[in-house]
Amino acid sequence: MTAQPTDIATYNFAYLDEQTKRMIRRAILKGIAIPGYQVPFASREMPMPYGWGTGGVQVTASIIGPDDVLKVIDQGADDTTNAVSIRAFFKKVANVAVTTETAKATIIQTRHRIPEHPLSAGQVLVYQVPIPEPLRFLEPRETETRKMHALEEYGLIHVKLYEDIAKHGRIATTYAYPVKVEGRYVMDPSPTPKFDNPKMHRSPALQLFGAGREKRIYALPPFTDVVSLDFEDHPFEVQTFDQPCALCAAENVYLDEVILDDHGGHMFVCSDTDHCEKRREQGHRGHLAPEIPLALEKTEPAQ
Amino acid sequence: MYVAVKGGEAAIRNAHKLLADRRRGDRSVPTLRLDQIVEQLALGADRVMSEGSLYDRELAALAIVQARGDMIEAIFLVRAYRTTLPRFGYTRAIDTGTMLVERRVSATYKDLPGGQLLGPTFDYTHRLLDPELAAGGEVAEPEQRAGEAEAMPRVSAILAREGLIESDGDMPEDHVPGDITREPLAFPMARDIRLQALSRGDEGFLLALGYSTQRGYARNHPFVGEVRIGEVELALDVPELPFAVPLGSIRVTECQMVNQFKGSAKAPPQFTRGYGLVFGQSERKAMAMALCDRALRASELGEDVVAAAQDEEFVISHSDNVQATGFVEHLKLPHYVDFQAELDLVRRMRAEHDARENAGKAEEKREAAE
Amino acid sequence: MDIVTQAIEGGFADPVFDAQTVFRAVMDAMARPGKLQPLPVFTRPPTPLSATAGAIALALCDNDTPLWLDPALQASATVKSWLGFHTGAPLANTPADAHFALIATPAEMMALDGFSQGTQDYPDRSTTLILEVSDLVSGAPLLLEGPGIEKTATIAPAQMPRHFVEQWKQNNQRFPRGVDIILATSEAIACLPRTTRIKTMEA
Repeated sequence: MTAQPTDIATYNFAYLDEQTKRMIRRAILKGIAIPGYQVPFASREMPMPYGWGTGGVQVTASIIGPDDVLKVIDQGADDTTNAVSIRAFFKKVANVAVTTETAKATIIQTRHRIPEHPLSAGQVLVYQVPIPEPLRFLEPRETETRKMHALEEYGLIHVKLYEDIAKHGRIATTYAYPVKVEGRYVMDPSPTPKFDNPKMHRSPALQLFGAGREKRIYALPPFTDVVSLDFEDHPFEVQTFDQPCALCAAENVYLDEVILDDHGGHMFVCSDTDHCEKRREQGHRGHLAPEIPLALEKTEPAQ
Repeated sequence: MYVAVKGGEAAIRNAHKLLADRRRGDRSVPTLRLDQIVEQLALGADRVMSEGSLYDRELAALAIVQARGDMIEAIFLVRAYRTTLPRFGYTRAIDTGTMLVERRVSATYKDLPGGQLLGPTFDYTHRLLDPELAAGGEVAEPEQRAGEAEAMPRVSAILAREGLIESDGDMPEDHVPGDITREPLAFPMARDIRLQALSRGDEGFLLALGYSTQRGYARNHPFVGEVRIGEVELALDVPELPFAVPLGSIRVTECQMVNQFKGSAKAPPQFTRGYGLVFGQSERKAMAMALCDRALRASELGEDVVAAAQDEEFVISHSDNVQATGFVEHLKLPHYVDFQAELDLVRRMRAEHDARENAGKAEEKREAAE
Repeated sequence: MDIVTQAIEGGFADPVFDAQTVFRAVMDAMARPGKLQPLPVFTRPPTPLSATAGAIALALCDNDTPLWLDPALQASATVKSWLGFHTGAPLANTPADAHFALIATPAEMMALDGFSQGTQDYPDRSTTLILEVSDLVSGAPLLLEGPGIEKTATIAPAQMPRHFVEQWKQNNQRFPRGVDIILATSEAIACLPRTTRIKTMEA
């Protein structure tokens, strides 16, 4: 291959062309106006594979501007490979400032977690969604599930949850736990652990959900009622952990289990890496915290 | 000791450097040029153009090299580029009846106007590996056709004259064809939309589904009315001009499948059509597409939907290999947050289960002792 | 200026970033109904189309979105060619076909239910109305509640359509079907998505 790149292929600012952005922007506005309803949109191929955040990336690319500060997390962490890759993509195509600090970000793109630090008004949380249809595994046909949403016919999902209780004594859904939005649409919160469900309820931030492969966008405006489905005798409850974070001693946060050796040794640490670092900077120490102080670059301005 | 590392960025950079190294391979071997791929791996480039939905041989060749010959990866590269291109307009529908035909075969007639034309086909080659090719031997010039080619009416038109085949679609006059790259798919879909999805669908997936119809999973009694390959002209209507502007020509493969049909409450006994059209030269894909198209018309023709190939949502939702590969391969991304949630649940349920078992055993023991 | 010049001039100076800024203001306004989002002047459309309404049209409309104009705008050939030149949006045959409707004189506008309401299956297939109003403080105050509003919000848009509160209640009742409204003054916008309820001002 010659060393000189040719102009055989060139790309637009923020990757998407303006017409595509307009189409996605229109879908976002409809999503906000009909909370929890999945708006079909003509999802584009993106330069990362379907299933790797193309929906979230399209939403972020359509809303982002030069003054935004972007944070990208996967599994709650800023340093997981796919989060690094998506962050690098936006640095490259939109030249925006990026950060790992939840409080400093104006747009947070996430896969599988909601940050522990409470979100504030003016922030936008963009979720990457693999399967947006909460009824999909009960009814594979789009033609059928669309009818169910239209008629507000959600018996099926209650039956499924109830069967869980009959069989296992509890609701055996631990992530992607369905919610009801403003008493109308049943919505899939994306595969976040149900631990995060209460954070969606009346959040001051705008929450946008993008499913690229399935071509759906949906939204939760700020201060929107989001209620996890349950039964009177089996109320919704979140996971609890028996021990605090081994690094920062945080309690009531979601923890990752890290395997330390092959003799059953393990430790539990914060899944939200920013939250954990912040606490350690403030002097909180878990029983396995390393001695070395943290010195991490957290925000990089636009070039 | 666990220490949170910020190594992701460096790891990715290094992985991609290694990829570039492996792609180049042994530096003493000359680099592949795009024109070599365009000329000598032309059918590979055709598949990339067809499933990438972008007619550009050079970009297809670039994608093939960049993907190290991984066809789905190459198709993905082309799609991700195509999607950023602004839309200037829509050409007039191509007329395959006026095609400059290089190959045309019909299985339904021994001879017909325009004749059978074998063209550059693998058919009837003996599949013996050819050491001469490896040696890079000279290739003789092909024979040229003497004189002007005869007009080549489509077989479907011949059947239509007798009224024995259904008319060519029932779209209203003013129907504006949809565009699956611009509008979200909705089910059920009109046939124009379905055909677009099939045309960019994965060759292997459509081949397997087409094959399944032949083996009795929604058999549709197909005959290859005609397969034709060649160049067709493209023309664009420009509002300011009184005539359509010619843009050049593209090479396509078209398959008209003729299917026996006994008739239904809605339609008289007649032949029905299954249609396949793809960029470049790919009979396998065009024929598989035509089989699937016919199978997917089951509801329209009042047939029972009994097999996978007839199920529109199933076929169209799973035919796109860029979508399929992304979602299958995304399983290798970290899922440890969700796994942790499941782990916790299974541990708790297991503990309850063990407690019940032990309580039961203790009870048995006590009863035995009494 | 002749009609051709008027039709061509006055679009976004920087199409990419201007469109993004305008969209973000509309998005924030839609997400926080009743909250005013300030918007600088980005366009200079021919009257009676206002700069704000023009900017919203340029940010959101294109040849995929049939546009309906109220009679005041309909009457201006310059407005039509300006919108046509800058957005490429076709004019809708009827209000029920429109993805967006531009209304220069809301006080005289037709009933909300004359526009596309979407369907029960696809409630997103509805018309978004862009109403030009002189301000958001001098009209009858509207006490708002619903998603996007922490407790309540109040706006008082001037020159609103006749029987607006009653019409809006009916719009609420059609949920998930219904229209959404973008109110555009010369310097700000505010939105009323179909989920926003207007509380009757009672003691």
